[in-house]
Amino acid sequence: MKEPIKELASVYQGTLDCVHCGLCLTSCPTYLATGRETSSPRGRVYLMRGAAEGRVELTGLLAEEAHLCLGCRACETACPAGVPYGAMLEETRAVLQASGARTSMAARLERGLLRNVVAHKNRLRAVVGLLGFAQRLGLDRLAARLLPASLRDALALMPRVPSGPDRAPLPETTPAQGERRGRVAFFTGCLMSEVFAPVQQATVRVLAANGFEVVVPAGQGCCGALHAHAGDLEHARGLARHNAAVFGRDDFDAILLDSAGCGAAMREAGHWIPGEGDAMASKVRDVCEFLDAVGLRTPTGRYDARVCYDDPCHLVHGQGVEAAPRRLLRQVPGLELVAHANPTRCCGAAGTYNLTQPEMSAIVLADKMDALCAADPEVIATGNPGCMMQLAKGVAGRGARARVVHPVEILDAAYRTPA
Amino acid sequence: MSTPDPSPHAAEGSLPGSGGDALAARLRAIVGSDGLLVRDDELFVYECDGLTLEACRPTAVVLPETTAQVAAVVRACRAAGVPFVPRGAGTGLSGGAHPVPGSVVIECSRMKKILAVDAENRTAVVQPGVVNADLSDAIQHLGLFYAPDPSSQLACTIGGNVAENSGGPHTLKYGATTDHVLAVEVVMPDGEILRLGSPTGAASGLDLVGAFVGSEGTLGIATEVTVRLTALPEAIETLLVIFPDVVTACRAVGEVIGTGLVPAAMEILDQRTIAAVEDSVYAAGLPRDAGAVLICELDGAAVSLDPQVERIREIARANQASDVRVAEDETQRAQFWKARKGAFGAMGRLAPDLYVHDAVVPRAKLPEVIAQVCEIADRHRLRLSNVFHAGDGNLHPNISFDRRDEDELGRVIQAGGEILAACVAAGGVITGEHGVGVEKRDYLPLVFSEADLDAMRRLRAAFDPDLVCNPGKAFPTTRFCAESNPKARGYDQVPFE
Ligand SMILES: Cc1cc2nc3c(=O)[nH]c(=O)nc-3n(C[C@H](O)[C@H](O)[C@H](O)COP(=O)(O)OP(=O)(O)OC[C@H]3O[C@@H](n4cnc5c(N)ncnc54)[C@H](O)[C@@H]3O)c2cc1C
Ligand code: SF4
Ligand code: SF4
Repeated sequence: MKEPIKELASVYQGTLDCVHCGLCLTSCPTYLATGRETSSPRGRVYLMRGAAEGRVELTGLLAEEAHLCLGCRACETACPAGVPYGAMLEETRAVLQASGARTSMAARLERGLLRNVVAHKNRLRAVVGLLGFAQRLGLDRLAARLLPASLRDALALMPRVPSGPDRAPLPETTPAQGERRGRVAFFTGCLMSEVFAPVQQATVRVLAANGFEVVVPAGQGCCGALHAHAGDLEHARGLARHNAAVFGRDDFDAILLDSAGCGAAMREAGHWIPGEGDAMASKVRDVCEFLDAVGLRTPTGRYDARVCYDDPCHLVHGQGVEAAPRRLLRQVPGLELVAHANPTRCCGAAGTYNLTQPEMSAIVLADKMDALCAADPEVIATGNPGCMMQLAKGVAGRGARARVVHPVEILDAAYRTPA
Repeated sequence: MSTPDPSPHAAEGSLPGSGGDALAARLRAIVGSDGLLVRDDELFVYECDGLTLEACRPTAVVLPETTAQVAAVVRACRAAGVPFVPRGAGTGLSGGAHPVPGSVVIECSRMKKILAVDAENRTAVVQPGVVNADLSDAIQHLGLFYAPDPSSQLACTIGGNVAENSGGPHTLKYGATTDHVLAVEVVMPDGEILRLGSPTGAASGLDLVGAFVGSEGTLGIATEVTVRLTALPEAIETLLVIFPDVVTACRAVGEVIGTGLVPAAMEILDQRTIAAVEDSVYAAGLPRDAGAVLICELDGAAVSLDPQVERIREIARANQASDVRVAEDETQRAQFWKARKGAFGAMGRLAPDLYVHDAVVPRAKLPEVIAQVCEIADRHRLRLSNVFHAGDGNLHPNISFDRRDEDELGRVIQAGGEILAACVAAGGVITGEHGVGVEKRDYLPLVFSEADLDAMRRLRAAFDPDLVCNPGKAFPTTRFCAESNPKARGYDQVPFE
């Protein structure tokens, strides 16, 4: 008989909340794709419990399923028993990581990249700068032919890196416009601030246009989400500690983000570093959630388009924000918000998932594109960098007409275009 | 018996037992490697369904996609002398989809195509793995829905519903699954493919569809189901009525039905259930201090509803209701229903396991039986909560427990027997909609004579003479995985104490 795994004790507590009702099954993209109980939330919780009790191997199916799982947390939204699946998955991955179960080349590369590049602003900036340079020279297409498949996919996902001025760092302080309503901090994140600099500029402008002074505190780091999802909880905790110190230096009305993945992680910081992270975590808000709560200033201009809003998992399932972005978009003159099937289902981006599990990611994306194409939008709005890249890839793959944007870009355009 | 030791062959993808290799190869040839699970930890996940009182690992799991594959799998099992167990989503609460030792589980989850919808004749043809709620979603734009609505409808399959003759809150007005199935394509236990019933529902010959619906997977495997669709009502009103206790709520339900009103649903949640729901993601603002709440739904022509709502208000007040809230909009209505349908799951917050009982008593006896049920639970020191289809007299006493606590497990089983006996003594039956499965097979003699049981056995034998299709379910037999000794209920370890 296998040994019970003491390291899984906290995961085990979570599994005890599961009454095996199955109500989570159909929320799970990997279950829908495979029909296998083993690839369902209930099955994974059962495996976690089994491993903790020493009834199944830690490093067998559980290890495979812990990585086939998207970590989208749709099952958490569906679960009436409140099984804290996301946290249990992170812990399980960390235990697997520590047990040395996941030592494939790809896993080591991922971990190395995350620790040594993504977590360091200047290094990431250098790498992204190089990528932009390569893209402009057409070298990326050459590289695409020479690289192994998984890295080729990574390159295909990268949006065009904005050049020069568009990648200029955000001002440390941006004054409020009109009547002042408060002072907020902006957490820029790593990937978002490098590749999606125009989105971040839009976020700052929209917040300013709504009467908020926006501060971008110097010295802030990566949120640690990708590290935690990859099982490197230790590193994620370090990053959270650093950010808690940076954002604790000053008193802000709120700490805002425009990346759902980072937002969910920053909110989790309270769990990662109990006590230390609570103050920061309690102030974290997604930019859409915040604007909706304080009340959006009616845009002066228009945005004439048929728009589908697709929920990032880490916003709807991770932070429980579903109605706010839709309410904001409905206030934009000219915009027609059209519904598509299953907007809250994962698109298959899921952090680095599209690189580590390309096959399943493609299946999940195909479902998403079927739903979106049936609604035939001109614009697809979603508030997370990974999702934006993934959906852009999906749109390109289908030869569809839609542009993929962040909701704040729509708001920004509506403030800037004349009526 | 307890879970068999993992076979040394299992890891290599063969099956234990003589001829196991050959069977694995044949199954793989039918469904492909991707459709066959044989590893020990894969099989572990299939050891139980919504009933966690006991468990048993199968020998293999196959995931067919077509009727032809199901038939081929069945023939391969027959040839190897191996029993097989159909499975839908595994939400069953009586252990109908529990594997029996050495069995092959035939999981229908990949057979999820809606094959045809005939809006004019209001019928649909679906594969068995279609999820109940997905069917209603897919036809909503036609002004239609599929009426049987088990609280598990977000996950459970039409195949499972047919096998269990499932009901739901709206069974009160619309009937259970059996009232909505017109025809079934069945892979017989010998691999033959039969079509029972006619797509128009016109009766001719013996009513074999009627026999098949509710047969708990023991007569064959449904591979295609023709169902009746229902027109969406013009208007719906959903009321939340707050009562001081379960007894007053039951009395009000009796009076409403006594006046000749036919609400679409009448569901009661007791205080413990309310608390569990309000602590869950399905919180709907139910008052935590209420002794019981009644969710009452009326549907039909818009003009007909207002007077009915008034009538129910009067009856509620006369029975000490402190408040009658009418759902303001579709969102609030959905919230009330989510609270009701998430109730079982929400009880996960109370203890690691939940035993959902199911029995039906004459409606007038509800208050009395509920009081008895509570007394039984108290006497056995068990945590009990009640959520039930009050309009149908269908009780669901839920016992929260922890399977790791052997003593408690014993008391759960003991109390379960007493609860059923009390229901039968009040003129009731031992299952309303969850089936007999493995859970209640030994209680059947409470309601059936040996002659009754024999008649059922003969019917069964006409379909499955060798008892290979879901054996050990729905009939009193020698026990398979479960022994009356809870220690041997299939869980091989109880650590972390
Ligand atoms: C939270 C919750 C709420 C529930 N609420 C209700 C309710 O309101 N009303 C109600 O009636 N039930 C309810 N149930 C019980 C359960 O959901 C139903 O019995 C449901 O019909 C089971 O469907 P399934 O697809 O999960 O089948 P499974 O559990 O997989 O199987 C159930 C039975 O059907 C057989 N079977 C499955 N597929 C086939 C097939 N294709 N051919 C032949 N036999 C087959 C199996 O062998 C088994 O005997 C609830 C369960 C849960 C967990
Ligand atoms: S919904 Fe929650 S309680 Fe039910 S099976 Fe899934 S994880 Fe377990
Ligand atoms: S996190 Fe997503 S992929 Fe993983 S089990 Fe839950 S629903 Fe499935």
